Amino acid sequence: MKRIAKLLAGAAALAAVALAGSAFAASHGKTKIGFIYVGPIGDHGWSYQHNQGRLALEEAFGDKIETNYVENVSEGPDAERTIERLAREGYDMIFTTSFGFMNPTLKVAKKFPDIKFEHATGYKRADNVSTYSSRFYEGRYIIGQIAAKVSETGTAGYIASFPIPEVVRGINAFMLGAQSVNPDFKLKVVWVNTWFDPGKEADAAKALIDQGVDIITQHTDSPAPLQVAAERGIKGFGQASDMIRFAPEAQLTSIVDVWDAYYISRVQAVMDGTWESTDTWGGLDAKMVEMAPYTNLPENVAAEAAVTQESIRSGEFHPFTGPIYKQDGTLLVAEGDIVDDGTLLGMNFYVKGVDGELPN
Amino acid sequence: MPFKLQRREEHSAWMTLFSPLIAVALMLATGAALFASLGIDPVRGLTVYFLEPLQSAWSLQELVVKATPLILIGIGLSICYRANIWNIGAEGQFVAGALAGSYIPIMMVGWEGPLVFPAMIAAGMAGGALFALIPAALKVRFGANEILTSLLLVYVAQFFLDWLVRGPWRDPEGFNFPESRLFDSDAITPLIFEGGRMHIGFPVAVIIALLAAFYLTRTIHGFQIQVIGESPRAARFAGFSQNKMIFFAFAVSGALAGLAGIMEVAGPIGQLRPTISPGYGFTAIIVAFLGRLNPIGIVIAGFVLALSYLGGEAAQVTLGISDKIARVFQGLLLFYVLACDTFIVYTFRRVGAVREAS
Amino acid sequence: MEIYEAIILTIITAATPLLLAACGELVAERAGILNLGVEGMMIMGAVGAFAVAFSTGSPYLGIAAGIGAGALASLPFAFLTISMVTNQVATGLALTILGLGLSGMIGDAYIGQPGVKLQPINIQGLSDLPYVGRILFSQDVIVYASIVLLVLVWIFLFKTRAGLSLRAVGDSHSSAHALGVSVRKVRYMAVIFGGACAGLAGAYLSLVYTPQWTEGMTAGRGWIAVVLVVFATWMPGRLLAGAYLFGAVLILQLHAQAAGVNIPSQFLSSLPYLATIIVLVLISRNRTLVKKNSPACLGKPFVPDV
Repeated sequence: MKRIAKLLAGAAALAAVALAGSAFAASHGKTKIGFIYVGPIGDHGWSYQHNQGRLALEEAFGDKIETNYVENVSEGPDAERTIERLAREGYDMIFTTSFGFMNPTLKVAKKFPDIKFEHATGYKRADNVSTYSSRFYEGRYIIGQIAAKVSETGTAGYIASFPIPEVVRGINAFMLGAQSVNPDFKLKVVWVNTWFDPGKEADAAKALIDQGVDIITQHTDSPAPLQVAAERGIKGFGQASDMIRFAPEAQLTSIVDVWDAYYISRVQAVMDGTWESTDTWGGLDAKMVEMAPYTNLPENVAAEAAVTQESIRSGEFHPFTGPIYKQDGTLLVAEGDIVDDGTLLGMNFYVKGVDGELPN
Repeated sequence: MPFKLQRREEHSAWMTLFSPLIAVALMLATGAALFASLGIDPVRGLTVYFLEPLQSAWSLQELVVKATPLILIGIGLSICYRANIWNIGAEGQFVAGALAGSYIPIMMVGWEGPLVFPAMIAAGMAGGALFALIPAALKVRFGANEILTSLLLVYVAQFFLDWLVRGPWRDPEGFNFPESRLFDSDAITPLIFEGGRMHIGFPVAVIIALLAAFYLTRTIHGFQIQVIGESPRAARFAGFSQNKMIFFAFAVSGALAGLAGIMEVAGPIGQLRPTISPGYGFTAIIVAFLGRLNPIGIVIAGFVLALSYLGGEAAQVTLGISDKIARVFQGLLLFYVLACDTFIVYTFRRVGAVREAS
Repeated sequence: MEIYEAIILTIITAATPLLLAACGELVAERAGILNLGVEGMMIMGAVGAFAVAFSTGSPYLGIAAGIGAGALASLPFAFLTISMVTNQVATGLALTILGLGLSGMIGDAYIGQPGVKLQPINIQGLSDLPYVGRILFSQDVIVYASIVLLVLVWIFLFKTRAGLSLRAVGDSHSSAHALGVSVRKVRYMAVIFGGACAGLAGAYLSLVYTPQWTEGMTAGRGWIAVVLVVFATWMPGRLLAGAYLFGAVLILQLHAQAAGVNIPSQFLSSLPYLATIIVLVLISRNRTLVKKNSPACLGKPFVPDV
């Protein structure tokens, strides 16, 4: 999969060059591209970043394409109708950007074999349905390292949304990063059962800080926890987008989802007629994950973070490199081995050192 | 105040008929002003919002799909509200019904045959009814306000659903993602046309509406509801039991919400997920009132509300305006309906005129 | 700061919006009007407060705008239920739906903007007192206002003639009318006061709790406020206890998780709601208590015989 991601990054670069010469014109007029978002584009997290990707498309292709979106699409019975509406209105390509749209996307795709569908974070594909996601855990490893270096109490707080593999993987990557600096590092996890509820996220941040953590990190989408961190005079990390303006003194960096390169390459493929169903899982190397500037950090810590980032990007280092033990003490992978993608994708256990039991 | 309300001698037949139409007209007028204030040509705005969804066979089917759960829940709620019993928690009963019915396709894998779906329906209705009986029992036994308990139980039902699909009922082949397995073909709500999404829920809802209309106007029990709602004292003298009515109304409305829930997960969704309802249980409250607590009126009102959702989507895609406009229209419509209904029972008189008359 | 101090501070923040909105609802219900539109008025207050604070840079103007927006939002409800004698439950729901929609449309322009935060006032010297200094003397102005408001409401309801009239209107509108009290005027005032309180609660959310605007940010708190009024059997003192108790359950479940208590988080998240149901049942069991305090005309429309 990594190879695909690299190819894509290359394709994106090529596309950009080709565009500069503006050598393209779609065969049947404008290519119409639709997006389905699960949240409001103003969530400043997940849907916001996908919409940034859409805007990047408009920037890159100008009037060769036409884009549109539907926001706040509930993952229940409405999703299929909304996707089908776009399909019926003659869109050539539809991005459905939340896991819960998986089955509705496949149902609609079956009815419209000529339309290309791209589903984010799912695992079911078809001839006209690709899937894509990002290796956010690469960023989590980096912030884990930073947390362990900056924390005075040796304990960080983690506001988690739902116990799905994506989130569990993030917690583990964070912990592995932290342990690479301080083997005794402690992590307190609070599950808030929501992706986006500023009030509840803020409450969770306060509870964690009250219990003595001095670093806050989150896998929920609102900037509220960072605001709380700023108010209490501790540090934290942004999520999904650069949240520095919500907490100029508290944000150390942020793991930013960047979809620009991927979206540009896929739309280009449709215009060229070379689109194929693929499964992409890109990270720092594919520019699908980026780190916001390292701020409010001692110079050496920022520099070391940049080194880690580069070694992950270049493929020299993988965050899930053994020896890694599961929470119960059993060996997951031996020294030097790397956890395979299959295990990562379905991760439903903590690594050693995380307190508490994984909700199951 | 220069005007005073005065009770009419008898209900105005004219207003009974035209009140909802006037309300819709007022909403359209406000809508036109709203579009204009957003810089959109009001005619185009209203056309896209209210007419476009009615112009293709596909979107008409979708309208039916969206209206079905609203109608089913609305009918149940109307029975409660007629008896002056305030069940606000249909959303929770919808979830409870969906959970109870889904037990069969999720936990009894391998059981196939024509009995699967009827069993799911029965379980769904029982689940919804039992969950609705909790606020009923708390009211009868302890006097706890049913508006509040039924509402609070919505949150509880949703968290329980969330726990099930992330934990014990998770699809074992789903890479630990929070979804149940897809239901087998025997466990799917039968479709009316192959390829569409319209399912037997709609004819079922229409039949239930007819039954409810007959029950409310032609049976003694239905008459009791009216009496209990309008005059509890008279009902007591007549020997009608308020408590029995509370249990009955909650059980019926819970069962119908549960029926809507199981048909929805077994139909348009096809599996259990953390979110299975975009607020049907709450929207159905508007449907019940817009339909004037009359089962046939509720069928029509269900379509009006379904149209407000589809129109909201159309407006978002075609006009690029916020999806929140759908809620604004729904709130306004309910306001206008309630205001117009006042004229059925009352009339306005100038204060001066009243004095002269008396 | 000791951990108990920190926890109490967090609980106070969580309880304040509930207390404010419930305080207004209590007055409206005492006058006989059940307004289920608290959620809608609260969120209108939140968006109004954020918009004005954001454009002017002043959180205090924001607070004023929040109060105004809440009061304004209560007007159509007041007109319909009082002048047009519509069903209060349905009208309240309409207000909630309308408020959620309208606030979302107004707020679109402010999404993702960092807000203006209302800062706590530190009372020099006193806030350094051991044990209670931080809790009592370094809150923001709205927290103090919520307590003062509650005391004023109590004095008004039980120690003044006007308060007596208001309760009379809620207990028996016909007798109050016969005694020459303007039932409608009192009810209008009570509903608008309720709207203003809900608006202030909303302002607290968008200026203090989480200084930002997000769609639906009230997240059901308006409903909790309605529940608290019954919970308090329409008594201001009990309202204070109820709001802080609810805030405590809300916060302590998060602490339980952070401390590693191994219970499914969905169960912990539903705990505040379950606890409220249980308390509601316990209170309702004592029917004499409820009967004594509950306004007899709650939810009943009033049409004077001409």
